[in-house]
Amino acid sequence: MRRVDPRAAGLAIGAPVLAVLFAALLSSIALVISGSSPIETFQSIVDYGTRPHNLIEIVNKSVTYYLSGLAVAIGFRMNLFNIGVDGQYRIAAFAAAVVGAAVPLPGVLRIVLVILVAVVVGALWAGLAAVLKVTRGVSEVISTIMLNAIAGGLVFYFLSPERLGVQATSNQIRTELLPADSWFPNFALSDGTLYGFVLVAIGCGAAYWVLLNRTRFGFDLRATGLSESAAVASGVNVKRMVVASMLLSGGVAGLVGLPVLLSDTHYYGQDFPLGYGFTGIAIALLGRNHPVGIAFGALLWSFLERSSLILDIQGVPKEIVTIMQGVTVLSVVIAYELVRRFGLVRQQRRVAAELSAQGAEARA
Amino acid sequence: MTATEPVAATAPAVELRGITKRFPGVVANKDVEIRVARGSVHAIVGENGAGKSTLMKILFGLLRPDAGSIAIDGRETTFHSPADAIAAGIGMVHQHFMLADNLTVCENVILGSEPTRRGQVDLRAARARIRQISDSYGLDVDPDALVEGLGVGARQRVEILKVLYRGARILILDEPTAVLVPQEVDELFGNLRDLRAEGLTVIFISHKLDEVLAVADEITVIRRGTTVATVQPSQVTSRQLAELMVGSELPSPRTGESTVTTADMLQVEGLTSTSPDGRPVLDDISFVIHRGEILGIAGVEGNGQAELVEAVMGMRPVRGGRIVLDGVDLAGVSTRRRREVGIGYIPEDRQRHGLLLAASLWENRVLGHQTERPNVSGPWVDRRGARADTERIVREYDVRTPSIDVAASALSGGNQQKLIIGREMSARPKLLIASHPTRGVDVGAQAAIWDHLRTARAEGLAVLLISADLDELIGLSDTLKVILRGRLVADADPATVTPEDLGSAMTGALR
Amino acid sequence: MTAGLGTMAAPVAVPRRARRSRLPVALLAVAVGLVALSAVRLVTGADDLTSSGTVGAALRLAVPIGLAGLGGLWAERSGVVNIGLEGMLILGTWGGAWAGWHWGPWAGALVGMLFGALGGLLHAAATVTFGVDHIVSGVAITILGGGVARFLSALAYKHVPGAGVTQSPPVRDIGTVSIPGTGDWLRSVERHHWFVASDLAGMLRGLTTGVSRLALVAVLLVPLSYWILWRTKLGLRIRSCGENPQAAESLGVNVYRMKYLAVIVSGALAGLGGAFLSEVAAGIYREGQTNGRGYIGLAAMIFGNWRPGGLAAGAGLFGYTDALNLRSGGESVHALLLLLAVLLVAVAVWNVVRRRRLMAAVTLAVAGLLLWWFLAADRVPDEFVGFAPHLTTLLVLSLAAQRLRMPAADGRPYRRGEAR
Repeated sequence: MRRVDPRAAGLAIGAPVLAVLFAALLSSIALVISGSSPIETFQSIVDYGTRPHNLIEIVNKSVTYYLSGLAVAIGFRMNLFNIGVDGQYRIAAFAAAVVGAAVPLPGVLRIVLVILVAVVVGALWAGLAAVLKVTRGVSEVISTIMLNAIAGGLVFYFLSPERLGVQATSNQIRTELLPADSWFPNFALSDGTLYGFVLVAIGCGAAYWVLLNRTRFGFDLRATGLSESAAVASGVNVKRMVVASMLLSGGVAGLVGLPVLLSDTHYYGQDFPLGYGFTGIAIALLGRNHPVGIAFGALLWSFLERSSLILDIQGVPKEIVTIMQGVTVLSVVIAYELVRRFGLVRQQRRVAAELSAQGAEARA
Repeated sequence: MTATEPVAATAPAVELRGITKRFPGVVANKDVEIRVARGSVHAIVGENGAGKSTLMKILFGLLRPDAGSIAIDGRETTFHSPADAIAAGIGMVHQHFMLADNLTVCENVILGSEPTRRGQVDLRAARARIRQISDSYGLDVDPDALVEGLGVGARQRVEILKVLYRGARILILDEPTAVLVPQEVDELFGNLRDLRAEGLTVIFISHKLDEVLAVADEITVIRRGTTVATVQPSQVTSRQLAELMVGSELPSPRTGESTVTTADMLQVEGLTSTSPDGRPVLDDISFVIHRGEILGIAGVEGNGQAELVEAVMGMRPVRGGRIVLDGVDLAGVSTRRRREVGIGYIPEDRQRHGLLLAASLWENRVLGHQTERPNVSGPWVDRRGARADTERIVREYDVRTPSIDVAASALSGGNQQKLIIGREMSARPKLLIASHPTRGVDVGAQAAIWDHLRTARAEGLAVLLISADLDELIGLSDTLKVILRGRLVADADPATVTPEDLGSAMTGALR
Repeated sequence: MTAGLGTMAAPVAVPRRARRSRLPVALLAVAVGLVALSAVRLVTGADDLTSSGTVGAALRLAVPIGLAGLGGLWAERSGVVNIGLEGMLILGTWGGAWAGWHWGPWAGALVGMLFGALGGLLHAAATVTFGVDHIVSGVAITILGGGVARFLSALAYKHVPGAGVTQSPPVRDIGTVSIPGTGDWLRSVERHHWFVASDLAGMLRGLTTGVSRLALVAVLLVPLSYWILWRTKLGLRIRSCGENPQAAESLGVNVYRMKYLAVIVSGALAGLGGAFLSEVAAGIYREGQTNGRGYIGLAAMIFGNWRPGGLAAGAGLFGYTDALNLRSGGESVHALLLLLAVLLVAVAVWNVVRRRRLMAAVTLAVAGLLLWWFLAADRVPDEFVGFAPHLTTLLVLSLAAQRLRMPAADGRPYRRGEAR
């Protein structure tokens, strides 16, 4: 008797939608305060954001966000807060760029090498936090934040002309350019170029789902996240799981910088984008750590970002979008919590009701 | 302590009329009627889950009733919070101690009604007051001690002091004897009689009938959330009271014929373990459990039982000694491997250690058996196999649930426990560790759980049984050992030992 | 019931008394630290280690960290983990600069607090009322704080010359105070570079001359917080919510109200820290100005074992490493390597005494590495100096995390009327 409860499913989807609408409402108020018409503004956001060229750009950007969201979600599923995705992808992308440019290998092999280096470096950097946690009891929340700053400093140090960088122009220092034969293959569409890395991201999402829901390892990981004490009693070696999941999370985090590196800039420069790790946290929360949910979260986030470009032209402060993103995260999180609590009560009520009905039948 | 206001001499101290409280899907209390005379000890009895605790939470303002009225000293009152109840002179000694470990006794006691002087808490006055109360009731409490370092008995005295400090005239004690051994219970009762002599009213909640008959002036019985009778202790026998409580005959934990064999299943030799700060928590523990034998460990909680279980399960580092299961030395073997070799585990706290409350029943069936068929095949989880076997457990162990897809948290305590037992037995273990297997379950489930343990024993299983329920221990065990401060200090023969003797051994009084 | 229960002690029953004053220990530590620092200065000649300029800068840099940490203390003592401090700090920088620009620096400080308090209110609503995970809510508030600051800048500074989305117009300074009659002779002692005496003079001068009025307020907030949290009725109630909210509830304490209050105060303190950053430390609001100081403040609080004194010491340490960064950072931090190596050797010896060989070996190896670095190089690269506070945090936590005692119910969800 396996039944999908339609109301429960409705709640699970309805909650984030309502939260997004709530965020839109709040942003409307902010818009009115700043003297713009909310309806016109939202209309122009949607018009602009759905132009084919912009759609492609949105998908491209969401590839990065998706990977970052996945990396964070792996930790979340085990109650680990990997706030260090930022540091992990930066140091990983830097190392990958340096090694990729330095090692003479034919095209595809070089791409594989770059990806491998990024994954390994990202995993190791996250592994530092895991080791500190299991051996010294240092909370990963603090240690990953500190490691972000340290990663930034290290990259800054090595990215200088007398070390691993090159002086490209008078005011730009970067790593050597990757040879063109090892740029990641993209899809050339009529309205723009779609990152080939989108396939890697989809693959990662599928692997994440299979790993968590269909394997023993995934079961142990989720069990640890749900109740560490019960997991220990069931024979899970929690310390080993902390290290393993942190390495996994860091490995995926290592991929975050690659769409930009392999499909766009082909070097790591001082202007390499920052802050995708924090975006990843928001997106994992929006998507409730579910691979499909994270995809929606990533698309929504990059849609808002891209469409905000039109706002300045219309004289509306485009920073309204940042507010909308923040409010969305907070209200989605609250909505999920309310739904969870409501669902729990509902289920208990249902179980009690069905049991008393059974009891009545038995007596009859 | 409180001003004695003129009230009608006949008015009861507490009168509950028609109290009804519903929770989602359950009616916890229904039309409860209780009158408690001033200056008396009034017991409220009922089996686990009958609604006693809910009722007391209502009387103490922690919950609000959906219907009914509360009158204190003849005056009808409404409690919006515990503060209102405290102001009305009601004090509650909770079953689970409500103490903050990292605060001092003094801070714990004065919290919520702190004496102040020039904007600061007047600690000097508070200490003096606590010493005075402690001395006049013989509670022996040091106001400056950190609660963290206190034992069970001292914590309970702090709880009582908290209530007296607030000038309570009506004391509610929720299962106060659950953590005490018989000798301590007697002392507590002596104390309750003193309080009564001072004119205080005591409401005493319990499901232990002999205790109730010994101390109460009047007894109210609750069954399925409603009051079924109020009786005088002189007019009822323990047996009649029991039948009132459950509405039918009580199950007995007796095991019948011995099935003990001579084959050793678990040998523990010289097992020693220390706490992180170096104190021994297990000290040179040795015993053998044979095939088909139930070994009971009796002891006051906190004397090393939990540590012993953890050591055998491989969840706690040991400093010395050997654990051998059916010829296999378990030194350095992981918890998972121990489970695979053949240890089943019914943990003391099923919600924290036995279940994933937010996960479905079939996922909980996999828990603890993540490497065994039919739950997995290779590195993959076999959902179909696990689900089918969960259906079997639900059927064979009578787990009352509408489906195996509901979360474990939706089940009652007894049904959760039956699921755990079914799961642990399904791997055909050689050794079953049962820690407080019937704690907090209803009488029906208790009888079923005892049946399962008996069946398992008859099939040749070795069982390590830990329990605070001495009747259960004596009834089920083939061999009894007493643990005190991490050492096995005495053996007892379950056929002849009485709960009182066992209690003496548990406190070290009889050596 | 005395006799039986009295003798029946469970094995854990080792009665422990409440902690006595740790002031003598703290003073001794300061004295030893001073002598060690002075010795290192003499050996390496890095005079900026204890110069009045460094110490003054350290104080300036420690204030926002300390205020954030103090905010963390209030929240966590009530049982709410506040990783949203960074966001509240951001709100404070913006509010402080904006109001400071309009109505003067003191108004700026107040409005900064108000902005931070609003962030705290939001955090309290999410975590206490709606039961959202504390870290999740904190991260969301940090994201939101950045967004709000940007948006408000876009609104407020649209037509202001020299200002824009990323920065405010300059803010008038709040003014400084000095203890009269100390400056000159302290300066002369400091100039002689005597062992200990000059160091002491330099430090005193840094702490007594040209101190911002707002820094003074911030310093005073530390003992004030201690007094409120540990000496008053309100404080006991707040702390009880962080240790065992069910117990507090059973005694009639309104746990929700306590938590709301503590988290709002927490936000206000962080907001004041932000206002200090924009008004005093920089004289202007600039985006990204907080640069993770909220997190460092949280780390300072953990370093201080959830106590105000320890927290102030932690903030001082981080402020000091930050200050070295500003003042000939490479050389000073290089000198500190020696100090650190000596310290770690001491830790290693202690570990040997406690028979923790692995720990001893690891610490000794790190000490050796530091010593080698000290001998092999003349200065530490500036890029490394930039993350010295972060590295210090990691190092301190990995040495001390297991000895720390956080409030027992910190970060746990609490619902009224629900047992644990």
